Amino acid sequence: MAMPAETDTTSPKYLRDKYAIVGVGETTYTRGSGITTRALGTWAVRNAIEDAGLKPSDVDGMLSYQSGDSTFSTFIAGDLGIRPNFYMDVFGGGSSTEALIGMAIGLMEAGMCKAVVIFRAMNGFSQVRIGGTGARAAAPVSGDALHGRAYGWQSAGQMFSPTFMRHMYDYGTRPEQVATVKVIHSEHASNNPKAFYKKRFTVDEVVSSRIICKPLHLLDCCVETDNGTAIVVTSADRARDCRHPRVLIRGVVGRCNKPRTDMHYQHGPISTVAGHYARDILWPNSGVGPEDIDLTGSYDAFTFTTMLQLEDYGFCKKGEGGAYVSDGTMRLGGRRPNNTSGGHLCEGYTHGQNMVIENVRQLRHDADDSCPIGPDGKRQHTYDYREGGCRQVKNCELSANLGWANPGTGSAMVMRRG
Amino acid sequence: MAIQATYLGMPLDINDLDVENLAYFKHCAAHDFHLQKCSACGLLRYPPTTACPWCASPKSEWISVEGRGTVHSYSEVHHAIQPAFRSHTPYLILLVDLDTQKGKPSEHEALRVVGNLVTPDGTLAPPDMVRKVGIGSRVRMVYADVTAGLSLPHWTIDEAAPQPDKPWRYPQE
Repeated sequence: MAMPAETDTTSPKYLRDKYAIVGVGETTYTRGSGITTRALGTWAVRNAIEDAGLKPSDVDGMLSYQSGDSTFSTFIAGDLGIRPNFYMDVFGGGSSTEALIGMAIGLMEAGMCKAVVIFRAMNGFSQVRIGGTGARAAAPVSGDALHGRAYGWQSAGQMFSPTFMRHMYDYGTRPEQVATVKVIHSEHASNNPKAFYKKRFTVDEVVSSRIICKPLHLLDCCVETDNGTAIVVTSADRARDCRHPRVLIRGVVGRCNKPRTDMHYQHGPISTVAGHYARDILWPNSGVGPEDIDLTGSYDAFTFTTMLQLEDYGFCKKGEGGAYVSDGTMRLGGRRPNNTSGGHLCEGYTHGQNMVIENVRQLRHDADDSCPIGPDGKRQHTYDYREGGCRQVKNCELSANLGWANPGTGSAMVMRRG
Repeated sequence: MAIQATYLGMPLDINDLDVENLAYFKHCAAHDFHLQKCSACGLLRYPPTTACPWCASPKSEWISVEGRGTVHSYSEVHHAIQPAFRSHTPYLILLVDLDTQKGKPSEHEALRVVGNLVTPDGTLAPPDMVRKVGIGSRVRMVYADVTAGLSLPHWTIDEAAPQPDKPWRYPQE
C-alpha cells in the first residue's frame, strides 16, 4: 500500500519494514495451568517457532520479561535445543513487548543474532497474582514502597486510579463511557474461541458491578490468567521464506516516560500519560499517523488505560477519549477496532503480548475465529461480527499497539501487512 | 539505625543504608514534616531522593515544610489488597498538592504527597468522613506513630481552612 510522504528528517527511516514478525504462539488461557512457567514458556516458544515455519535451531536470540515470577531464557533454550547467540531476561511487565521487539531489531542490526524469540510466561492467577494479593501483599515494605504500599496503595488499580479519577475531573469523562471499553472487548472476545471470558457484557452490567477502588468497578479490571506467549522476529528478507504473509515492523518506541518516572505524579497534568511523549517517536519512526491506522491494540489492564492511550497517541483530541471509546469507532465493523481478541479484559492477561499476537494474525488476515476453513487451508471470513462469529477486520493493512506499564511509562509499535 | 516495625499488619523495614528514608521518617516521628531542599537550585522534592530531580545536584538539606494542601486526586478503595486494611474499607488514598512550591518549577508540577485520609489521631477515616472529601478538599498533615523514628504522614480534613462548597467526588455514588 502507498505510504504517506516522508516529511521528517530525523527518524531512522532505513529501519522501516526491514524486520518482520514471522511467528506467534501461546498456550491456553487458564486459571490453573497445572504446569510451571518453564513449561508454559517452552510450549509458547515452540508454538511460535512452528507457526513461523522455522526450526528451533533457526532461532539464535531470546528475550523475555518478568518481575520475579517466571523462568529464564536459558531454560527454554535448553528445553528446545536452541543455542542462543544472545539472550537477555529483563525486569518489567506491561510495555515490555514492544520495547523488546525494538531491542530485537537493534540486536539484529548489530549483527549479534539473526532471529529472536520473545516470550512471557506467567502463572498470573495460580502463582504470583497480578492483582497483588498473596505473596506480594505479604512482602516487607521498604525503600520507595514506604511512600506507597504503606498507604494501602499497592495494586495496579490502586496505583493508577488517581490518574483515572483526575481525567474524569479534568474532562468530565463518564463511567458509562469508559465502561464501553469492556463492552466492546467482550463482544470481540465472544468471537475468540481462545478467550478466557467469552460472555458479552452491557454498560449497565459494568457500572453496576462492585467497586474495587474508585473509579474502577470489578468489570473495569482485567482478568488474571496463567499463560505463555511468544513472538519470533527476523529480517523482512528472511520472512519471505516463512509460513505466513509477512507482517512488517514500521516503527517502535519502547518504555518512553513522563518526567519524574520514579514518581510520575509529581509532574502533571496527571491525566496525561506517557503516550503524550511516545507519539513523537512512534509516528515519525513509522511514517504514518493515527488516521492511517486500521486497528489498534491499546493495553487494557483497565478500561481507562485503553482510553488514555488512544487519546494521548492522538487518535482523538485530548479529553475526548470518553467519546472515542464509546462511539463505536473501536468496535469490530467500526472505523478502527481495538483489541479484537478481547484483550486483557477478556482474553487473558499476558502483560501486553497477546495484543501484539492478535494484530499479527489480523494483518495476516487470519484471525483465529470460528469461521470455516476453506479448501486452501485458510479461514473463509464472513465479516459477520455477531456473537460467536467472525472477528477478522476487513482488508486491514496497518495496526498500532500501545503498551502500558503505568501512567508514566509506555511503549508502542506500528506494523503493516507486507 | 535500621528500623523494623509492623503497621496495619505490614512489616515495615528501613535499612541502615537507606539514609534518605531514615532522615525523612525521623522528622515525621517528631511530627515536623521535612523535605530535602536542593543546595544548588533551591527546589524542594518528594519523595526523598539521592540527587535533585531538576538539576542533579547531590547536595541538599532537610528543611521544615508546612503540611497543608489541596487534594489533587484520590482513590477510594473498597477491595483492600493488604489484609489489615480490609476492616477499614472504604479508605481513601489521597494525592495532595502542598501549598509550598505549588506550580513550581512549572505550572504542572507540585509536591504531591501521598497519604490516607485519617482522623486527627492517625486512624484510617470512618465512612462518613470519607464521603466528605474529594478533589479540592483542604487537608492538613497528621501522623500515624509506628515506632521510635518512624511515623507515617497522613492527611485529615483541615477544619480551620475554607472548604469548597462541594469537593469533586466520583459521579456514581
